[in-house]
Amino acid sequence: MSEHTRDKRVREASRRRFLQAGAALAGGSAIAGVAGTTALAEQGNNLPPNVPEWMKAPGEAMGSQPYGTPSVHEKGVVKNISKTLPQYISASGRTPLQELDGIITPNGLFYERHHGGVPTIDPAEHRLMLHGMVDRPLVFTMEDIRRFPSQSRIHFIECSGNPVYTKPYGKTASDLVGLLSCAEWTGVPLKTVLDEAGLQAGAKWIVAEGADAAALTRSIPIEKCLDDAMLVYSQNGERLRPQQGYPLRLLLPGFEGNMNVKWLRRLKVVAEPAYSREETSKYTDPMPDGTSREFTFYMEAKSIITRPSGGQKLTTHGFHEITGIAWSGHGKIKSVEISLDEGKSWQQAELQEPVLTRALTRFRLPWHWDGTPAVIQSRAVDETGYVQPTLAELVAVRGLNSFYHNNAIWPWRIDANGEVTNGQA
Amino acid sequence: MARRRLKAVLVVGAIAMLAAGAQAEDRFGIGRPATPAEIAGWNIDIGRDGSNLPPGSGSVERGRTVFTEQCAACHGDNGQGAVGDRLVGGQGSLASAKPIRTVGSYWPYAPTLFDYIRRAMPQNAPQSLSNEDVYAVSAYILSLNGIVPANAVLDAKSLAAVKMPNRDGFVADPRPDVHNR
Repeated sequence: MSEHTRDKRVREASRRRFLQAGAALAGGSAIAGVAGTTALAEQGNNLPPNVPEWMKAPGEAMGSQPYGTPSVHEKGVVKNISKTLPQYISASGRTPLQELDGIITPNGLFYERHHGGVPTIDPAEHRLMLHGMVDRPLVFTMEDIRRFPSQSRIHFIECSGNPVYTKPYGKTASDLVGLLSCAEWTGVPLKTVLDEAGLQAGAKWIVAEGADAAALTRSIPIEKCLDDAMLVYSQNGERLRPQQGYPLRLLLPGFEGNMNVKWLRRLKVVAEPAYSREETSKYTDPMPDGTSREFTFYMEAKSIITRPSGGQKLTTHGFHEITGIAWSGHGKIKSVEISLDEGKSWQQAELQEPVLTRALTRFRLPWHWDGTPAVIQSRAVDETGYVQPTLAELVAVRGLNSFYHNNAIWPWRIDANGEVTNGQA
Repeated sequence: MARRRLKAVLVVGAIAMLAAGAQAEDRFGIGRPATPAEIAGWNIDIGRDGSNLPPGSGSVERGRTVFTEQCAACHGDNGQGAVGDRLVGGQGSLASAKPIRTVGSYWPYAPTLFDYIRRAMPQNAPQSLSNEDVYAVSAYILSLNGIVPANAVLDAKSLAAVKMPNRDGFVADPRPDVHNR
């Protein structure tokens, strides 16, 4: 069957089902409860007691999709990319957080930020050069890098500007904090590779450079390089996606996204930072007094409710699970508290295992919605004891000129019709 | 008792040091030496003090021509910004409600201008300008900001000597800065 015919058949089936079953369960963003206590049979050719049409003939043959893609019914679950960006070479695209479950971001939905487009790199011709204050300047092929003892670890990466401090605020969880994703990364600890070259006395920083058209450059403190930094070549079991730095990326768990340099081609060991454009004119944080904070590496503790969240609708009263994600660049999430009354009172959410350091943590709270308007919000506490602040608390200290590192609590407003909107807007 | 414990600690410490020493010599032997020529070709980062700036020089006048041809389409004829960042003006605005961050008002070190233009600009053809033209465009952008005179010719030494207005405008990260509990 051709792609066209198959699509058409699926569309026809969907249309019939929609018309016959009624609209209640068909809307993608609606959150429906159980039909309730009344026995209300649905009508539809594919619904009980009828035999669904997809049971009456064999499905697609083996090999119809050499690389599997999501169901045709999930076509709407894609990266959230603004249609009105001034340009698309230095730009970002967001993960649709409110559409996802668990803590792992599928590779195709991992957020993107690049500064000179996505290069197409032949791994056979990609090299990592390690030089500067080392005993033995070295060049590695990708085959070399994969020969080192490997490790796999689950960590989030988050862009530092996620979200901005000023209006207009986004409508959905993705609009607000979609420059955030989490994956299982495989590679070699950077320390192992540095030991191979031999660090010299006085080595304090490493300048990392990408092989993209921006040759993006950031300086990494040596302590981080010798701690949990990795050179990664795989993401969720398969090789990195081009948008994530194929074939090699620097992973700095808990540090702001841009420092996790993609398409990594060079590491230069030095005594002081490069003060590159990306760590002076960008990725510095302007304060009300005109000064700017530099080298603001860590992403502080943060959380957001992803369901119910902005753009969704509760279609029934009764039971709803509140769920979301929490994370901290400083370690593990210790607890997540949820308020259902505009922040007046808070209760503990349940944390889904595993709770991993510098990874997304899924939280849940059972909830019965009785139809009265509500403002719901979550607040993360990490293992250092740090408590996620409100936007007002952040702005009181940092003012409104700052652009990066907004980790504020974000409330959602639920109206009497079940419509969920941004509680700050 | 205390002495015995101290002795035990010393022995353990000595073993740990031996192990560390052995590990340092116990390399995997992966990778090959980088040659000086290979390093020279890729070693493009410029220090804030101008270290690693290449030979050559460029004038404001030449920079105006290069800027018109290579940069103005995105950054505007006078660096006022368009699709590309605004490059000019904004000095004195950083503490206001509408800060304007440009090369002139915000960038702390002039050599970074050479570094960034050479590695990343023009966006459609990075690393295509000669070092002379990178010096020239750097000089032109600095002159548009009133930081060097219109007749300036910049090279490694003079670019490194430029003092940017916001050089002392950066502070260390004080976070956690919100103490709410």
